[in-house]
Amino acid sequence: MNKDSNTKSMSMIVTKGTLDWAYPPFILATTAAAMGLDVTMFFTFYGLTLLKKKLNLKVSPLGNAAMEMPMFGMHLGMPNLVSAIPGVDAAATVMMKSLIKKKGVASIEELRTAAVESDVKMIACQMTMDLFEYRLDEMIEGPVVGGAATYIENATKCDINLFI
Amino acid sequence: MADQLVDAKGLNCPLPILRAKKALKDVAVGGTLQVLATDPGAVKDFEAFCRATGNDLVESKVDGKIFSFVIKRTS
Repeated sequence: MNKDSNTKSMSMIVTKGTLDWAYPPFILATTAAAMGLDVTMFFTFYGLTLLKKKLNLKVSPLGNAAMEMPMFGMHLGMPNLVSAIPGVDAAATVMMKSLIKKKGVASIEELRTAAVESDVKMIACQMTMDLFEYRLDEMIEGPVVGGAATYIENATKCDINLFI
Repeated sequence: MADQLVDAKGLNCPLPILRAKKALKDVAVGGTLQVLATDPGAVKDFEAFCRATGNDLVESKVDGKIFSFVIKRTS
């Protein structure tokens, strides 16, 4: 919540848990916190996996027509029929992780640690915890468990509210 | 010369900003921090970062592929 009336604030609903979609919320949260904003992240549905102690994030080209990997000096997309072959997701994940490293992009673990260290408030959706049978002891230290009302109350006080 | 130096060369968004913010905490008010980066997006980002945090961007220059920013901590 606001420390004082001059402090800007941002909230985010984080709904996706793939390697690619994990980036926007953590990049924006850490940057906003660095710029002095109070930040709250509400993790729901597949986004909740981003709070697990051990992250094993994957990326899939299946159904993702916009996904093009730079290869041999060009950009390669993948037809769905190929994407569906076992092993293709794993290969795409390895390729994405190697690009991330090569291009000096932070890992999700690194960004998440930075978010925790800069006092980003994290709320784990109680309903999703029940639905997917997650336990709090599988999660990193820090998140509080809450529901839609907890998020809405917070969001009414924020300058920026995002759904990712 | 700035009081502190952060070498963020080779790092991509948002790492140069995050490293700078972390280092700025150890700079005395009125002191300066120099950040070196190779991310071209850092030029606009450091301008925005300084405007939002109220710190002074006293220098922003490029030498070949290396960008250099000097931030003066104001509060």
